[in-house]
Amino acid sequence: MADLSRTVAIVGVAESDEIGRIEKSNLQLHAEAAYNALEDAGLKMSDINGLMTAGTSTINLGEYLGVQPMFTDTTAVGGSSFIIHIAHAMAAINAGYCDTILVTHGEAGRSARSRMGFNASDPGPQYETPYGFIGAPINYAMAARRYMHIYGDDFTRQGMAEVAVATRKWANLNPKAYMQAQEMSFDDYHDSRWISWPFHLFDCCLVTDAGGAYIITTAERARDLPKKPVYVLGAGEGHDHGILSQMPDLTRTWARNSGPAAMKMAGVTHDDIDLAMIYDSFTYTVLATLESLGFCGPGEAPDFVKDQRTAPGGNFAMNTSGGGLSYTHSGMYGMFLVLEAVRQLRGETGERQIDNPKLSLVHGTGGSLSSTGTVILGVD
Amino acid sequence: MTSDYKKPIPVPQVESDQYWQKAKEKELWLRKCNACNQPYFYPRDISPCCFSRDTTWIQASGKATLFTYGIVQRAPHPGFVPDVPFVTAIVELEEGPIMATNIVMEDPTPEKLQVGMALEVVFEDITDTIALPKFKPA
Repeated sequence: MADLSRTVAIVGVAESDEIGRIEKSNLQLHAEAAYNALEDAGLKMSDINGLMTAGTSTINLGEYLGVQPMFTDTTAVGGSSFIIHIAHAMAAINAGYCDTILVTHGEAGRSARSRMGFNASDPGPQYETPYGFIGAPINYAMAARRYMHIYGDDFTRQGMAEVAVATRKWANLNPKAYMQAQEMSFDDYHDSRWISWPFHLFDCCLVTDAGGAYIITTAERARDLPKKPVYVLGAGEGHDHGILSQMPDLTRTWARNSGPAAMKMAGVTHDDIDLAMIYDSFTYTVLATLESLGFCGPGEAPDFVKDQRTAPGGNFAMNTSGGGLSYTHSGMYGMFLVLEAVRQLRGETGERQIDNPKLSLVHGTGGSLSSTGTVILGVD
Repeated sequence: MTSDYKKPIPVPQVESDQYWQKAKEKELWLRKCNACNQPYFYPRDISPCCFSRDTTWIQASGKATLFTYGIVQRAPHPGFVPDVPFVTAIVELEEGPIMATNIVMEDPTPEKLQVGMALEVVFEDITDTIALPKFKPA
């Protein structure tokens, strides 16, 4: 197998002009993020010869942006898509299809509530939707309840609370975070209203409008651009089910495969990771992912995160932007994991900057805990 | 009944026609793979266990145990507003396959819903042609 590690780097990252409640179209959010990312990279749209997105077709996106790419990919597997796109970009650049790829996202999550396509002949609309299995909170809550049954209700609950409270502390340090101005105590977490038991409101990610973009190119080109290149060292991806009731093990995601694949390609171990950016659609997603990735064993995640270990000042930096829980979540949040990892590795994150990080593990989960993508990013 | 029903209605497909016909007759039927001798859910002509075309239909007992659940407090869709709080659940059929459903229960609480509890199927008529399999404590 070809050695792809360090052959490509992320050179530009940005959000759309605003995050929150936006009246603009989805494509306008894509375009703003693209514009801002090109500026960040020191590139022009004419430099772009590969185009990727999820949630819309690149034919619409390319037309809107004025891009006619030689490589196009709309792998759409839910929120993990934008992590998986990094793996596909790495392969495409190495295969010679193109050399500089723009990946954009834009979703008016709060205002339009558009999601992946609905088709009456699919299993979800036949066997789950009629029962009210609608939306991620209702689905993921059932997975959490199974975990709680196995490992203990109170024990799990405490782990979920730790994640919510720690992530909010990072958001409080991020000027762009939707919840930047609001603190969260443990009491605030436990008192927040029920959405779908066992999920409180504060177990669930935000619903905000936002766009984001990143640009990937060859390592060679990256070294000529203004900012420090963030290299892709390894990548893994995949999925093992579609609808929730068909999940082989509600407490274990495909991270059990995508994580080791990425780390093996990168030649790193868990101890080498300075920053974990773990898709936090829900507090439970983080717990199940930490275990599935192998940072700890089955049933150990609530202990792993206890005593605010992942909060500012703790010894396991995680979701330093404030996460989907407290910074932004537009439906397919994976894009924003990438933006934060790149910024932390470049040393650009101001008050929330962690000390000299070299390696970040970035992990996305999509669908009903269905798909995962893991990448290892690093700087010299 | 039909005009009053405001929740999403499943649309039977060629591969699942028999499942829905039998559900309307208040029977739960499953596909079974003859090559593996394993029933599976959801119904499709080619088995997901070993991708065999040698499949058939069997009648299930309707008995199941509770695998996991959630108690929905915030309706995800306008049609569900009158149902709140309601129970979404995943149940394990006696024959092995796992399916999504609702638990029929007044005033649901976590204490009343024990993972592993015995359940039996009931059928709720939602249109002239469709009945939804649901489960209640046995």
